[in-house]
Amino acid sequence: MAQKPMLPELMQAHGISRRGFLKYCASLASVMAVSPALVPKIAHALENAPRPSVIWLSFQECTGCTEALTRSHAPTIEDLIFNAVSLDYHHTLQAASGHAAELAREQAMEEHYGKYLVVVDGSIPIGDEAYSCIAGISNLQMLKETAAGAAAIVSMGTCAAYGGVGHADPNPTGAVAVTEIIKDKPIINVPGCPPIPVVMTGVLAHFLTFGIPELDALGRPTAFYGETIHDRCYRRPFYDKGMFAESFDDEGARAGWCLYKLGCKGPTTRSACATVKWNGGVSFPIEAGHPCLGCTEPDFWDNGGFYKPLSVPAGDFRKIGLAALGAGAVAGAAGAVISRAGKARAAAAHETVDAHDLEKKS
Amino acid sequence: MNNAYFDLLMWARGPGFDIALAIFAAGIALRVVEILVLGRKRDQSKAKGSPVAQGVRTIFSRSLPRAGMVHYAPVTYIGGYLFHIGFFVAFFFFGPHIVFIDSLIGISWPDAGRVIVESAVALSVLAMIALMFTRLTDPVRRAISTFDDYLVWVLTILPMLTGYIAVNKLFGDATLMMALHILSVEALMVAFPFTKLMHAVTFVTSRYYNGAIQGRKGAES
Repeated sequence: MAQKPMLPELMQAHGISRRGFLKYCASLASVMAVSPALVPKIAHALENAPRPSVIWLSFQECTGCTEALTRSHAPTIEDLIFNAVSLDYHHTLQAASGHAAELAREQAMEEHYGKYLVVVDGSIPIGDEAYSCIAGISNLQMLKETAAGAAAIVSMGTCAAYGGVGHADPNPTGAVAVTEIIKDKPIINVPGCPPIPVVMTGVLAHFLTFGIPELDALGRPTAFYGETIHDRCYRRPFYDKGMFAESFDDEGARAGWCLYKLGCKGPTTRSACATVKWNGGVSFPIEAGHPCLGCTEPDFWDNGGFYKPLSVPAGDFRKIGLAALGAGAVAGAAGAVISRAGKARAAAAHETVDAHDLEKKS
Repeated sequence: MNNAYFDLLMWARGPGFDIALAIFAAGIALRVVEILVLGRKRDQSKAKGSPVAQGVRTIFSRSLPRAGMVHYAPVTYIGGYLFHIGFFVAFFFFGPHIVFIDSLIGISWPDAGRVIVESAVALSVLAMIALMFTRLTDPVRRAISTFDDYLVWVLTILPMLTGYIAVNKLFGDATLMMALHILSVEALMVAFPFTKLMHAVTFVTSRYYNGAIQGRKGAES
């Protein structure tokens, strides 16, 4: 793999002009929120990137993250950026299997110890390690082994970043995120189910050109996860005007009104979906008529239901409310009855006193 | 790795709301039933007027200021109207609130846009500040103010401020501000049955009762 051609040769082979490459670098600079003056630096760094060894570990996952990256309409420049790294180990993409595959991983680790990049997709079961093993090696063991010599780790997708669907209640496998296990390496979280391809390649490009990007409190690159989907949504004007789709097939839904009432999590979800979009900028879930699920946020599976609006309580509150109403009414009636009984007792115990009685007493 | 803000929001939307709703519903039921069951002594005298007609009339007539009172206490009256109308519009005509009410009791109505809702909130908050100013500066009002008055003022203004900040993302994290907004509403719900906020439920019966007593005596209110 170390003999792979450099990026300029790859571009030439795929019929991509230098102008197209520079345009890509400019758009990359834009999505990474860096100065346009740095475009030549990005281009230079990508063209002359030292092709770091990348070991891609797939644990408890659905392959959606890899699918999103590789099925972007090929051949894209993003794909070429992806190829510009030396991908030495990836279950889904590599030809080798079994012991030969594991040997490739071990060789890459040995040759590039302390310099290689580990990309993880999928959560790691720690309840019982046997839930997910590769070539007889548990995910936990493989992650610890591989991370030991890594320069940095990229947790690709919500499962690796925050546990994802594996971590969802009741979490039968005891699934956890990479950050729960590895504490001594820089970790970049690229959540999403799956993440946007250009965000994945953008993070890799940033790592190649400028190193670790600026991260937020949840370990996400702020360039891609700095704003909420709601803030950048093209349906936002309808929210502001109070025009909401009430169901998936009503007039409002067809007219592109706001999907808040259908459970959209855009107001609390930080992602570049509404600006970068998917499939080469064609569309994103909200544009396709479906509310945002909030997939770039931790525990989004358990955050009160995909189709429950954010302002609606998440629990079984109606039963609780009715029970409380009944209990309150009974308590109120009981209190009143006790008061009445007390009043009646006081009336019955009341002694009448006249002037003669008072004279006698004095 | 957890998002502490989201966890707080989920607590506010889940157990927090359940607790608040239980106290709110049980508290209102307790107080209303207690008032009604306790009853009042039967008036044996012959009615000189119509207690029912005067009682019903009073429910509405007490919403209007008596002649000269607006001029006498403009901040109290105008501020009072602005606050109540603003609060009503913000609570009942903002989309996310309507969908909340819909989930609770199954009825909904059209939304007002953000311009109307936020203008109502702004006017309502300004009115509350003006009302607090007169409460603090007028010696009489200050003397008759209790802890309950100040507590209710804080609990009422907080949901409006946090809601405005959350929707406009004036500062702070959007998720955190939404959580704080819901929590502030829950604090209001918990205090509701046990403070003067209860007037939002009892004003109808208390006005009717006062009107009916006067009506029975032949007076008009």
